[in-house]
Amino acid sequence: MSKKITIEPVTRVEGHGKVTILMDDKLNVTQSRLHIVEFRGFERFVQGRPYWEAPVLVQRLCGICPVSHHLAAAKALDVIVGAGTGKGLTPTGEKMRRLMHYGQFFQSHALHFFHLSAPDFLFGIDGDPAIRNIIGIALTNPSLAVQGVMMRKFGQEIIRATAGKKIHGTGAIPGGINKSLSQAEVDEFLKGADPLNADKMVAWAQEALDFFKSYYHANKDFIDGFAHFPSNHLSLVRDDGALDLYHGRLRAVDAEGKRILNDIDYQEYTNYIEEEVRHWSYMKFPYLKHLGKEKGWYRVGPLARLNTCDFIPSPLAQAEFEQYKALTGGKPNNYCLHMHYARLIETLHAAEVIRDLLNDPDIMGDNLVTKGTKQAEGVGLVEAPRGTLFHHYRINEDDQIVMANLIVSTTNNNEPMNRSVNQVANKIMTGKEVITEGMMNAVEVAIRAYDPCLSCATHALGKMPLEITLVNERNEVIDRKLKH
Amino acid sequence: MSELIKFRIDGTECMAESGTYIVEAARQNGIYIPTLCNMPGVKPKGACRICTVRINGRMMTSCTTPVTQGMEIESNSETINELRKSIVELLFVSGNHFCPACEKSGNCELQALGYYYQMMVPRFPYDFPQKGVDASSPYLIKDQNRCIMCKRCIKAVRDDQGRPLFAFRNRGNHLEVVLDEELGKQMTPELAEAAMAACPVGSILVKEKGFAQPIGKRKFDNKPIGSDVAV
Repeated sequence: MSKKITIEPVTRVEGHGKVTILMDDKLNVTQSRLHIVEFRGFERFVQGRPYWEAPVLVQRLCGICPVSHHLAAAKALDVIVGAGTGKGLTPTGEKMRRLMHYGQFFQSHALHFFHLSAPDFLFGIDGDPAIRNIIGIALTNPSLAVQGVMMRKFGQEIIRATAGKKIHGTGAIPGGINKSLSQAEVDEFLKGADPLNADKMVAWAQEALDFFKSYYHANKDFIDGFAHFPSNHLSLVRDDGALDLYHGRLRAVDAEGKRILNDIDYQEYTNYIEEEVRHWSYMKFPYLKHLGKEKGWYRVGPLARLNTCDFIPSPLAQAEFEQYKALTGGKPNNYCLHMHYARLIETLHAAEVIRDLLNDPDIMGDNLVTKGTKQAEGVGLVEAPRGTLFHHYRINEDDQIVMANLIVSTTNNNEPMNRSVNQVANKIMTGKEVITEGMMNAVEVAIRAYDPCLSCATHALGKMPLEITLVNERNEVIDRKLKH
Repeated sequence: MSELIKFRIDGTECMAESGTYIVEAARQNGIYIPTLCNMPGVKPKGACRICTVRINGRMMTSCTTPVTQGMEIESNSETINELRKSIVELLFVSGNHFCPACEKSGNCELQALGYYYQMMVPRFPYDFPQKGVDASSPYLIKDQNRCIMCKRCIKAVRDDQGRPLFAFRNRGNHLEVVLDEELGKQMTPELAEAAMAACPVGSILVKEKGFAQPIGKRKFDNKPIGSDVAV
């Protein structure tokens, strides 16, 4: 007898993924769903708390990219304390935050590529799961594993120096930052013994990108053929159209590159973006209001960012960007697995920006905070490693938060992740009654391209808690595989 | 001047003026006895019991007991430390103390004592009481979730006539320390700073001060509580 499998709500980002695949009697896939069975209460329990607690409180949403939440909240509170949006901070305040953010990007992207995704490329999607993990890489390609670990460490050290702790620090405060760097700290990052210095990180980021490119050229059919579908793309861009991960205006393009959201001020995001609720998932489905639910969904993250921006404001990454754009004739790139390619270009860009910021004397300044006339409401956006992150707060006259709305990167990618899963399922499971481990990992690979928090992240590597259920049109379970 | 007397703490011979409270006498001799409700310059009440020592087989609060000639005091023993640790644990479970998002973290005496006594997790069930936050003062926030009712704010923050600006309200389980409805109107930014400094936990917060003090510069970031006393 068939039954419905339910997984109890779990915490925000270390979430369990559940995939259901509906098949008809002829074993054609008719529907695939990625269920995010997580419940987050942050928007509720931040209510009543003093507003300056938000950057420290809400970053606990995530253990991989807490800096993104920390900074998005701080940016929203910049507006509330009258420091303006983006450009109102002191040079030291803004550059310290940027350094923190790009350090975060560097470590998070390194984590994703080396620890979470590289095993699929090195050992194959249907490779032996016993070695398809970072330990397998360490055993077979130790220099690559060391590179991944040390790149992550460098990014974490940048975060520690700017936020006070590697995870869940307190650096960004409303209107600025609570510390700057000392000369000794700057010297340590610029002139530290190999490999922990900025030059080495730029070189290693370039090597990682070269590694992926050689893999891509040898496996072009697989990479290009894996979950490829047209979509809209959304991200922040700098005023001049450059890639900017910390601040900018909201831009969206369609699959052909036509501008469908024209560099709007994100303080007004509610005029342009709505969220749809579907009964089978705790995660909402955002879309561009003027295009509607069917046509207005979009992708965020590395792929989207390199589709929306006009150029990358650092020389090595720009040169790579030009090669990357040439693959699609300058048009938006809609290949899911090119997300890794784009991510590594961003990693290189982050390393270059970190090096530039460390050479900027403002990073050691002592004018840390600016404030102005207090406002009741503020919106803060950053590009988190996995995509555009929205934080929106309203306070009362006693300085307590009365409303919070967070649209996290994963939420923005909800529809495209579902579509990716559906396409993979269609391709590999049509006509199959039995699910193999390789099939399950193919679904993981599709999800993993968007968001490592959902794939396994803080769980034991290679042990993603994924559940796949094959259900026929009478809702009878044909097969079910559970992978803890 | 009072006469100097001799006494022993954990077998160590000490000297202090007659009539000195044990906690202060210990401090003068480089021995740390933890306190929470006790404040220098204010008459002690022995409310929190964290300074409990054993004298002649009896548990006594060292902030309210004067030393006497020849007194034998047991302080840093397994039994006493276990008792103090359980008091810290009880304080944690009887409120809503979420250190990760508390701006007093790193400067909080309760948190510092948790570390000092190596509290990994309380052995007692959490009470999760329903507590409120009073943010109506223009200068400070009173977060009842974190109040341990030590009375330090009541004792330390007073108006020109010596009247306390903080007061008890309600009784029993509903007892709480609040800003006095009338006298509290005299609150100033300076008094708010004094109140936050007096509060050993994160119950009294000066508005918009937030996390301005970076990690690494906070009171207990680099040395444990009691380091300024112990030799």
